Amino acid sequence: MKLTSVLKASVLAAFASAAPVLAEDAVKIGVITTLSGPAGYLGQDVRDGLQLAIDMEGGTLGGVPVELVVEDDGRKPGNGRQIAEKYMGDEGIKLLTGIIFSNVAGATVPDIVDNGAIYISPNAGPSTLAGKGCHENYFVVSWQNDALHEAAGAAAKKLGYTNAFALAPNYQAGKDAIEGFKRTFQGEIVGEVYTQLGQTDYSAEMAQIRAADPQVVFQFHPGGMGIAFLRQYQQAGLLGNIPMVLSEPSTDAVVLNAVGEAAVGIVATAHWNRDFDNESNKAFVAAWDEKYDRPITYYGSQGYDTGLLIASALRQTGGVDDIDALREAIRKADFDSVRGDFAFGQNQHPVHNWYQLDIVAGDDGKPVAVTKELLLENYGDAYADQCEM
Amino acid sequence: MILFLEQLLNGLQYGVMLFLLAAGLTLIFGIMGVINLAHGSLYMIGAFAGTWIATQTGSFWLGIPAGLLAAALIGFVIEATVIRKLYARDHLDQVLATFALILIFNQAIVLIFGRQPIFTPLPEALYGSVEIIPGLFYPPYRLMIIAVGLLVALGLYFLINRTRIGMLVRAGSTNRDMVRALGVDVRLLYTVVFGLGALLAGLAGYMTGPILAVQVGMGEEILLATFVVVVIGGVGSIKGAFVAGIGLGVVDTMLRAFLPTILRGFMQPSDADAIGASISSMGIFLLMAIVLLIRPKGLFAVGG
Repeated sequence: MKLTSVLKASVLAAFASAAPVLAEDAVKIGVITTLSGPAGYLGQDVRDGLQLAIDMEGGTLGGVPVELVVEDDGRKPGNGRQIAEKYMGDEGIKLLTGIIFSNVAGATVPDIVDNGAIYISPNAGPSTLAGKGCHENYFVVSWQNDALHEAAGAAAKKLGYTNAFALAPNYQAGKDAIEGFKRTFQGEIVGEVYTQLGQTDYSAEMAQIRAADPQVVFQFHPGGMGIAFLRQYQQAGLLGNIPMVLSEPSTDAVVLNAVGEAAVGIVATAHWNRDFDNESNKAFVAAWDEKYDRPITYYGSQGYDTGLLIASALRQTGGVDDIDALREAIRKADFDSVRGDFAFGQNQHPVHNWYQLDIVAGDDGKPVAVTKELLLENYGDAYADQCEM
Repeated sequence: MILFLEQLLNGLQYGVMLFLLAAGLTLIFGIMGVINLAHGSLYMIGAFAGTWIATQTGSFWLGIPAGLLAAALIGFVIEATVIRKLYARDHLDQVLATFALILIFNQAIVLIFGRQPIFTPLPEALYGSVEIIPGLFYPPYRLMIIAVGLLVALGLYFLINRTRIGMLVRAGSTNRDMVRALGVDVRLLYTVVFGLGALLAGLAGYMTGPILAVQVGMGEEILLATFVVVVIGGVGSIKGAFVAGIGLGVVDTMLRAFLPTILRGFMQPSDADAIGASISSMGIFLLMAIVLLIRPKGLFAVGG
């Protein structure tokens, strides 16, 4: 049972805190992330991925001793802002990261960059901060939000579908998802349904999909909603009859694990997958499996990439005292991302590849994502042109 | 027509789920006068305990007693340690204390099971879908939920209306002080009622496992709708919880299913989708407002 590992972890933690605190000159990195509630596993994986990068270097990043300061924002924008102000004011932290959700990022990031500190996003990439709202102190390691769904649209188009049924929760990210999908899909949308945020029962939507009989279904339901949606899709007998194309958040390893066989046969899209064949990724996967007994999600990979990026910058600057030098060093993106090629675009968001994945049954019957082919090469985002720095 | 029937079944299934949760909540609220926000936690505990046993043993059916027992047991414990101290306090204290329970249980689940949602197996026999009438395919698992829900409703009806305990429960929800004055061991009655409510919440939690996601905070997602059922049905009334639960389930499902299509008849499709989605999200609350306007104490108000 998990309990033993929990006990072990708390014993270790007790010892760790009893050990002498790191040297005074350790660079503090402020992590604001979501650890509580149903979405807590996202923040946990980002944090642990980042910590893994530090551990693999023996407590340093780029040869500079670092220390993570972590606090839970509870998915609330107000909390995020408060934590950021505490980090910058009381603790003098100049390098911050960790935010999972766009609503928290939207309220917190402007505050951080206006204070002259640097923020590196390991997940959220809202459009408001990608175009006119871009800032020289703001970097995104993960992706721009829309790109996630543009990849799914591109996949549906590539597979030759000409009409689709799209569903997403009735909130900003849900609307952005369907817009992003439509932008690259360009086919006919035979049904566009907005579900309630936090909805648990999707039987009404299943019946609508069946009645509309589309060539393909696209849906974006993060976390538990998506698990419920996929299971009910299978139980309604739609899986296998109407294909489904999904964007990355709908098929992370945790979702696949919880959904089970109801995910087999789905087409997924991603910027990273466990099976990527590059040295950096192999080292990451091996280290993760060694340290944590749970599947790696792409959130974990983004946390790890954030660690590698910070390491590459600190190696050049030796510290965070000169913010201008640090910014320049980060902008070079001189690190081996676990996703392969990586560069920052004009708005300091990633320019990278998107892939099509197939969800197939693994040896133990549990679904696994297998990388199928390159979908979008060196793909940036729709907002980079509007950014003037 | 087929689509309509299917949506009706969907509404019925959602309704009996709401009823299972609301039945316990309305009894606890009506008889003990306690607002128990932690009712959703009992639902979560039932789901986690049942699912864990089901995964360990490989049998879905063994999970049922496990989920029921765990929820009832935790129900007894929190009644004896926390809720009992709250009977004489005002509602604000009750909300505060039971909200604390939510946080404690959520964190306990994180410590034991982790933050990841867990997989819940579906019983082998209930895979896929069956053709009920020509052209109407429906998942048998959902049919089972409807059947179980209706059976529980029947059982509760007999328990409340035909047994001594039921008589005390009815008396308690009408006039608490009089029952106490007549020498009934109210403390024991409260414990039994709370345990029963917890048991039903655990059953609802475990049965929804294969349909929904079993994860931390799952109870809070459904708690709001449950309170709406309790309020519409009338606090303390099992009959009210049944009628309101089924009614709300059907109304909510129908609005989601058909409102956008109806609106498309006379406005732009994009507007119809947006307005339809908004109105159907508000649907159950609008219904509650209307019911309260006409019958301020709910449909089947008990006591004075």
